[in-house]
Amino acid sequence: MTTPSSGALEELPREKVEKFDRELAGILKRYPPDRKGAAMLPALRLGQEIFGVASPPVQKLAAERLGISPARAEEVATFYVMFHTKPIGRHLVEVCTNVSCCLTGGERIFERLKQKLEVGNGETTRDGRITLREVECLGACGTAPAMLVDEEMHERLTPEKVEKLIGGLK
Amino acid sequence: MSETLILTRRWGKPGSAALASYRADGGYAALDKALAMDPAAIVEEVKKSNLRGRGGAGFATGLKWTFLPKDVRPRYLTVNADESEPGTFKDRYIIEHDPHMLIEGIAITCWALDIHLAYVYIRGEFARQARVLETAIEEARAAGILGARLGGRKDFDLDVHVHRGAGAYICGEESALLESLEGKKGYPRLKPPFPAVVGLWGKPTIINNVETIANVPWIVENGGAAFAALGVGKSGGTRLFGVSGHVNRPGVYEKPVHYNLKTLVMQDAGGIVGGRKVKAVIPGGSSAPVLRGDEIDISLEFDAVKAAGSMSGSGGVIVFDDSTCMVHALARIAKFYAEESCGQCTPCREGTSWMEGIIEKIEHGHGTAEDVAKLEQVAGNVMGNTICALGDAAAMPVLSFVKKFKAEFLQHVELRRCPYGEHAWGLDQSTREALVGAVRY
Repeated sequence: MTTPSSGALEELPREKVEKFDRELAGILKRYPPDRKGAAMLPALRLGQEIFGVASPPVQKLAAERLGISPARAEEVATFYVMFHTKPIGRHLVEVCTNVSCCLTGGERIFERLKQKLEVGNGETTRDGRITLREVECLGACGTAPAMLVDEEMHERLTPEKVEKLIGGLK
Repeated sequence: MSETLILTRRWGKPGSAALASYRADGGYAALDKALAMDPAAIVEEVKKSNLRGRGGAGFATGLKWTFLPKDVRPRYLTVNADESEPGTFKDRYIIEHDPHMLIEGIAITCWALDIHLAYVYIRGEFARQARVLETAIEEARAAGILGARLGGRKDFDLDVHVHRGAGAYICGEESALLESLEGKKGYPRLKPPFPAVVGLWGKPTIINNVETIANVPWIVENGGAAFAALGVGKSGGTRLFGVSGHVNRPGVYEKPVHYNLKTLVMQDAGGIVGGRKVKAVIPGGSSAPVLRGDEIDISLEFDAVKAAGSMSGSGGVIVFDDSTCMVHALARIAKFYAEESCGQCTPCREGTSWMEGIIEKIEHGHGTAEDVAKLEQVAGNVMGNTICALGDAAAMPVLSFVKKFKAEFLQHVELRRCPYGEHAWGLDQSTREALVGAVRY
């Protein structure tokens, strides 16, 4: 459930909405004109990139532009793990601990990061710098352990490599 | 006879992903040949090739193509690049190293099946691969290969687009993929009707895995019979096998479809780290039933692995050495399915979490012998009782781990702790080298 005011489009800065509309027009070319709803995932991703979060107003914006119900947008935004309906830190660090990574040290890397950053799974550091979470298989099993930093893949991780990567995040 | 390489032969060449490089190596010649052929003759060659789906199910590709109803248009092609089955990491390298091979396969398939719009559904986490593929599609479009005149010579228009997922294992299931492509949450559909009859936007849709489609140019160029001859029985060609876990040289190995599993693990992948013993191998992605170390001297061909009580699935081979706590390994696998169950069917939604909870309880030394029995019972109740295969995929590892390593589960119960203690979990193996085709990582 959302609070009554949180769905209001007026909350979104106008220039960002204009940017969203411009870029969405490009995305819509990929789908038949009568199938605009297919662009829900890319529209939410675009909204998340521009507004920083796929919040209820962003969901509503996407839904309105695609002619789809806001309930559908909320359903999609909350189903897929790459959408963030609430604000996250400036950087997102996602560590795979699934079986192949687990066998090669992924769990250990995740545990160390939790300690170092003093956060639990899915939490953000107090300074808002990093959100840390455990994720499922990233398709990097041969080059495990792997993690994503701001959606870019890093593979063949060692504790030193992780240390350096995290230290470089401002 | 020297080894025939179809998919990996260009990996590692400088600029292998670029159109100019692909063309210099004879790329798009198969499309030219195909465009001079009768579409039905192409389908015939693919049938003859004994190409079977490389995504996991191993279904005959040519046969799938014939399921399209004759008179319904439009038809769509959807390439499944959702690659999310734990232990599977091959399609990403086709896209990274040779995206035009995939695009050529798409172009030929669309010509053969009278399809004018194709989507590649790629998992959201593959941001880099999506960029590489989009660049390659753009190149092919600019060169006039795609677009209004297919191959620059036929009055046949074809559009290809990349559609990125957003983090959901279930979207690799073909009907959930279609829901996601339509802009919805990934809830699998009831089948039948199958997507070839009622698919994307209710229209006939062929869904094939990246590796499957990437084989099509070679089949057209060399003939279906030549492809079939690389394999055995009803399985043709080579396959990309991904080896991960406790081996010295993890990576992607292109081998004949019936290659020996033990040879793959012990020779190609360099055997077990530290000279230890193989305790277990999962031969086809985390959903496949586990094999004991003494059961791996088998052919990897789909039917042969099935006969050995498991499945060749996605070709993801996961190797566990004798320092592995199998209860811990299963706990991690069970956690994955509990996390990724879409929640549509009760047996899977509830069962996956129950299984995860019971296994964790045993791993931490709080389990009883009844818990071990209950685990099998719950898995049995999930099996076969769900709309899609995720329920089975969650149950199969549980049933096989408990069956083959029951003593280890009971040992946890008796000792009231994990016998491996602070086990060798996550040994530092980062000095190892990975081999992907001819590319070293």
